[in-house]
Amino acid sequence: MLILTCPYCGQKSEETEFHSGGEAHLKRFGPGSTDEDFQEYLFVRENPKGVHFERWRHIYGCGKWFHAARCTTTLEIFGTYSAQTVKPPKELRDKISAKRPGWSWRTYP
Amino acid sequence: MSDEVSALGGVTRSEGIAKVTEMPLQGMVTVRGDLSDKVLKKAILAVTKLEVPVLAEINQVGEYALCWMSPDELLLFCPYASVEIILAKLNKSLLKTHSLVADISDARTIFCVSGSMARDVIAKLAPVDISPKAFQNGMFRRSRLAQVSAAFWMPADEVVHVICFRSHAQYVFTLLKVAAQKGSGLNVF
Repeated sequence: MLILTCPYCGQKSEETEFHSGGEAHLKRFGPGSTDEDFQEYLFVRENPKGVHFERWRHIYGCGKWFHAARCTTTLEIFGTYSAQTVKPPKELRDKISAKRPGWSWRTYP
Repeated sequence: MSDEVSALGGVTRSEGIAKVTEMPLQGMVTVRGDLSDKVLKKAILAVTKLEVPVLAEINQVGEYALCWMSPDELLLFCPYASVEIILAKLNKSLLKTHSLVADISDARTIFCVSGSMARDVIAKLAPVDISPKAFQNGMFRRSRLAQVSAAFWMPADEVVHVICFRSHAQYVFTLLKVAAQKGSGLNVF
């Protein structure tokens, strides 16, 4: 079971109070983009063993969307952060590097 | 004009480890906007004589209370009969501020769970640490009770107030009633 802390209301709770929103930091390719970009945006997702970044929503609480970084093998939550960001914050990436040396996810760390 | 009635007509059940009662009609106003905005703070203070609560807390004095619902939402409790006046006052003072004020008095129901094992009842239903160390008077927690959303706070020791959607009132009352069955105390708090 995942224990998440909502960065907006500060509540720490288990995953049933939240709703998963899939992979984080997707870049949208809409009308006018190439077929390859559009196909990648729609269908291609990471499926990592280890560090992963996801979107979550505090559905039974304040109702806000946020981002979470977690490990898919140990279910450890590295941290949660605001939805108003396009990439994981530096402190969080450093924290993950300290715990999982050599990790990579898309173009990060 | 039809009579205003609460969802379950003020039903009470006291056989179990805690007494569960539906509270009488309560005036409720939802206020959305930037909670750090000076104009909004001033407008709220003017109608309730209360400061805007900080993160996940409730400010309650007399018949008025302010609950922190989310970074941009407050729930205001007031006497049922004065909702219209409060709405008018808030709308007037927030005319030029990006905000929303709405009467939701008949859209929510409040239950009172009281007794020395009131915490046990909530602990069985919500994924929340409700031990006396973690949850105290003045805190306001939005969460879920079994399958529906609800929020609760403790206005006094051994008293928990639970607020839920009015359409969920029967479900929540049944939940609380079953969780408060005789002999089902957890004896952990």
